[in-house]
Amino acid sequence: MLKALQNRFKHSIYLEKSNILSLKEEEIFEAVKLAFDEGGTLLLDITIIDYLDFISPQKERFALIYNIRHKTFKQNLLLKCFLSEAKAQSVSSIYKAANWLERECYDQYGIVFEHHPNLKRILNHWQFEGFPLRKDYAITKGQLCTQSVNLMPEMNERLLEKGLITKDKEGNYSKCEKDLMFINIGPSHPATHGTIRNFCAMDGETVIANVSEIGYLHRGFEKSCENHTYNQIIPYTDRLDYCSATTNNVAFAKTVEEMLGLTLPPRAVAIRVLVMELSRIINHLVCLAAQLVDMGALTNYWYLYNPRETAYDFFSKLTGARLTNSYMRIGGMSYDLYEGYEDDLKIIMKEIEEGVSISLGMIEHNRIFHDRTQNVCPVSASEAINLGLSGPNLRAAGVQYDLRSAKPYYLYNDLDFDVIVGSVGDIYDRIMVRFEEINQSLRIMKQLLGNIPDGDICVNDASVVLPSKENVYGSIEGTMNHFKLIYEGVKVPEQEYYSCIEATNGELGFFIVADGSGRPHKVKVRAPSFGAMSAYTQMVEGSMLADAVLNLGSINIIAGEMDR
Amino acid sequence: MELDMLGDAVITTRLDDAVNWARESSLWPFVFGTACCAIEFMSTAASRHDISRFGAEVVRFSPRQADLLLVAGTISYKQAPILKQIYDQMPEPKWVISMGACACSGGFYDNYTTLQGIDEIIPVDVYVAGCPPRPESVLDALMMIQEKLKKESFSQDRAGDFVGKLDA
Repeated sequence: MLKALQNRFKHSIYLEKSNILSLKEEEIFEAVKLAFDEGGTLLLDITIIDYLDFISPQKERFALIYNIRHKTFKQNLLLKCFLSEAKAQSVSSIYKAANWLERECYDQYGIVFEHHPNLKRILNHWQFEGFPLRKDYAITKGQLCTQSVNLMPEMNERLLEKGLITKDKEGNYSKCEKDLMFINIGPSHPATHGTIRNFCAMDGETVIANVSEIGYLHRGFEKSCENHTYNQIIPYTDRLDYCSATTNNVAFAKTVEEMLGLTLPPRAVAIRVLVMELSRIINHLVCLAAQLVDMGALTNYWYLYNPRETAYDFFSKLTGARLTNSYMRIGGMSYDLYEGYEDDLKIIMKEIEEGVSISLGMIEHNRIFHDRTQNVCPVSASEAINLGLSGPNLRAAGVQYDLRSAKPYYLYNDLDFDVIVGSVGDIYDRIMVRFEEINQSLRIMKQLLGNIPDGDICVNDASVVLPSKENVYGSIEGTMNHFKLIYEGVKVPEQEYYSCIEATNGELGFFIVADGSGRPHKVKVRAPSFGAMSAYTQMVEGSMLADAVLNLGSINIIAGEMDR
Repeated sequence: MELDMLGDAVITTRLDDAVNWARESSLWPFVFGTACCAIEFMSTAASRHDISRFGAEVVRFSPRQADLLLVAGTISYKQAPILKQIYDQMPEPKWVISMGACACSGGFYDNYTTLQGIDEIIPVDVYVAGCPPRPESVLDALMMIQEKLKKESFSQDRAGDFVGKLDA
């Protein structure tokens, strides 16, 4: 993919450390097209960098970034171009995933994408004025909004796209031949698992067309990051995918560590893998428990949720918090494992195994369960990739893509586990993939238990890790070291960098622009739930309303991560 | 007819006490869960902490059927009008628990998206600290509501003079 692009665009500059290919503005659309033809089938992210007040002068104020992953999933490539005006050409005709990603760029930075089918705000309220992620927008400038958005124009466009209505020259829509009923599911609805609004056009019980509105939990993660030091960002990352907080911690810390060129001690790596796999399990447990409740199977909820409580006890002992652990630090982690952790983990693993097997026993051969999930809301492998799905949702469609095996990091090369794939990509596959992934994670944990190496849990580097308390209170050097790290933060050299891990819901990546100070210039999260939700419309159209509810549970939307 | 013919079949009390006794042990919560706190509410409802021990397990998702609004999670400016509408749709009497740092004060989201405390738009009875609070704290808040309502009169207009930012 990279070679083909370099051959075609001779003037392009490739930065190996950042994995960024810089192109000219007029070439970028063609380059994305070529990248797609050369096997770059998965569009991970589109984002904008605002270089206003950047430490070193840049050619233009805004730069556009595309992040594309190759179909072998082993490599990704970032394409970058500077924008002379606040506009670019939409690539939504190539990647369906681009639709929402470009809307986000428009919403946050005010970049207009030409030929975009539906360019309007996505995370912020429609009455919002200004573009909050631009550097000249003050972080605390909130705007109280009063009117909810009318989704009917968007629905009309969707119906038009499906050929159900027509539009005359004056822009009036014809009446649909079918007797449609329009209903809102959400934003406050038990089945939306958080606050998401789906607006459906119903023909009887069948969803003919759907439009979704998100952004109700948009908490300004990326703006907050720009105003905090790297270690202060860790608690914010907890609250992205709050069902498995430590995984987000690791994803962020790993990115910054790679930017700093640090290598973690073996013990720290092993502990990270251990807690990440436990987090993966407890996230799947919540997803499956809630999903089965949507189906009316309340008993499963208790069997799946109760082991989670035992896991919380472990996390409380280890990190001091049940849910939002903030366990990782740049260069290691906050605490070492406590004495007797192995026994606790063995009990947790046994309880999880029991809970999963009892719960599976109730549904595995259950006719109602089969009828409600099999061949319901399926998505094919190629569609799923084009829509930007990843993680269990993509694997359920039969795509063997798991970063742990495609591009192994930490210990995953040496650990024995299977990548679980489905065949049809329906709700059944999505549920079963998650059930089996719990077993695989348990398998990984068993291999680690008893094999955690001794040694340090943090890198030995005074410019990154806080000195010991004895040192802080006992020597002036220690005090100054502590003070500088807390006040100024870990200083990351000027660079642009993307790194990712296989989080519970798929590829979780951070794209960070560092300017040499202790605070990032920009942080962009590649959030798996965002891609999954943008695919939702296509998945549910044509299915029954009750199935649409199940589908929302099965793609495991975590609002904190989706809306950020 | 002699009065004592009725024996122990009659207990005399004040009307407020009788009504409050019934209300206290059957609070029906509407959980406006938006974020991380909602996951901790799930724990509060699950077996180990078991909210039904306090008579509040009948979680309603229609505001018309609920008398305890439990705001669990961050309320953004985009969300605020919805929360206000739900509060308005709940019939009197109604109580509000603000669960977690975000609902109480905006938490550490002091930025352009987040409402700096739900008491800017609706009246709050009990604030629960924590990010997110432990289930025990939620149960504690529930018991505080129970204590509070015992001292109230059923005919009293509880928050009639409250004016929030969206009431203009």
